[in-house]
Amino acid sequence: MQMTEFKPKIVAFCCNWCSYAGADLAGNNRLNYPAEVKIIRVPCSCRVNPMFILRAFQRGADGVILCGCHPGDCHYTSGNYYTRRRMALLFSMLNFLGIEKERTRVEWVSAAEGAKFAATMNDFVAQITALGENKRLEDLRCKK
Amino acid sequence: MQKVTREILLAKAAELLAAGTVNRVLGWKAGEFTYDVTPALFTTAAELEKDFVYGPFSGANFSKYLVKETRRDEGKVLVFLKPCDTYSFNQLLTEHRFDRERVYAVGIPCDGMADIQRIKDQAGDGVSGVECDGDNLIVHTLYDGDKTLAMADCLAERCVNCKSKKHVAYDELIGETGDVIDSHRFDEVEKLEKMTEDERFAFWQNELSRCIRCNACRDVCPACTCEKCVFGNPNSGVENKAISDSFEEKMFHVIRAFHVAGRCTDCGECSRVCPQNIPLHLLNRKFIRDIDNFYDEYQAGAEVGQRAPLVNYKQEDLEPSEAVERSGNNA
Repeated sequence: MQMTEFKPKIVAFCCNWCSYAGADLAGNNRLNYPAEVKIIRVPCSCRVNPMFILRAFQRGADGVILCGCHPGDCHYTSGNYYTRRRMALLFSMLNFLGIEKERTRVEWVSAAEGAKFAATMNDFVAQITALGENKRLEDLRCKK
Repeated sequence: MQKVTREILLAKAAELLAAGTVNRVLGWKAGEFTYDVTPALFTTAAELEKDFVYGPFSGANFSKYLVKETRRDEGKVLVFLKPCDTYSFNQLLTEHRFDRERVYAVGIPCDGMADIQRIKDQAGDGVSGVECDGDNLIVHTLYDGDKTLAMADCLAERCVNCKSKKHVAYDELIGETGDVIDSHRFDEVEKLEKMTEDERFAFWQNELSRCIRCNACRDVCPACTCEKCVFGNPNSGVENKAISDSFEEKMFHVIRAFHVAGRCTDCGECSRVCPQNIPLHLLNRKFIRDIDNFYDEYQAGAEVGQRAPLVNYKQEDLEPSEAVERSGNNA
């Protein structure tokens, strides 16, 4: 039997104004980051409902990363401050239920930080690859 | 020992009905068994005399009933509030969920309500009736005669760890109000935090897998007053029926608790009504504890008009990456 190498699925929610532009800059600068990262563009990091994150895991994501503007730089003034509180509580709760804390992350990436975006994604994918498949928040009905 | 009796409450209700202060009363009436006391609406003194009950199982929190009740009728409704209910009352007022002018709130002291499960654990099967006798409960059983249990051994979990005997809202008070108590309500949460990730996962897998998705926890929760619930959406990823995958139960319970985070007053109704005895209050308490740890100490419903922690922020708030460590989870 041939063992296939584990390739994680990563969902990255990126805010339209900073992180998505940061991803664009990473592309323009020909910086490499793994193809396992699937970017979903959201108007603001605060658009991300906790249900989005759980839904991503349900549909087969092995890790979810949420990227937004640096605190203080939100296009809508205060959106990412709310994100910060929500995600702090959500991540702590998921860990309380026994979900590995490494599976979720929030990172602030500005439009000028293409290099940080690529580095963050490389790091996150490496972390999830080391952690292995998402077993604790999987939905067997969604497995192909 | 209960400080208030059925007679005192009946007299108060009859007096207010007769005076025209209120035109209906939210109260308790007996269900099929003595221990499944049900909330009910009474409009006359005669009805009250016939069906109204008050005893160790009159635990229902009436605050949420006011949302519908105050929209129904111009007149005032009389509601009896235990100290923990008054927090939910204030929280709903903060969220403009009911009209304060249409409510006459009577605060009643409370020494804790009984949990039928604890009684059954001690008295065995076939409990046919429970009577209050001072500090004791006389339990009638079908197979084993009468048994006397100390009320203190039959208290519901939320009453053992009562957080406050203080009424934070009322128009009138029967008896005296008490103080906020420095309770041990977070002990159980702390115990879970100290477990390893794997142990916690096993614990919750075991607890949540009993969920039958009856939605009682959602329906009874005074913080869950949305007209439309996310879980009513067929595309929510969680079916509105018995759970067919272990993901769903986690999703449902995490999101249920998250949606009331910062607004949950820790009244403990969710755990009281759970037919499967899932300790749902632990999820809510975890959020309360985290909010206290991460931000400022916050008791939802302590005052009307407070700004809930999740619709507030500070520039120096902690980063989500530090959250797990700060929350005390052993990870």
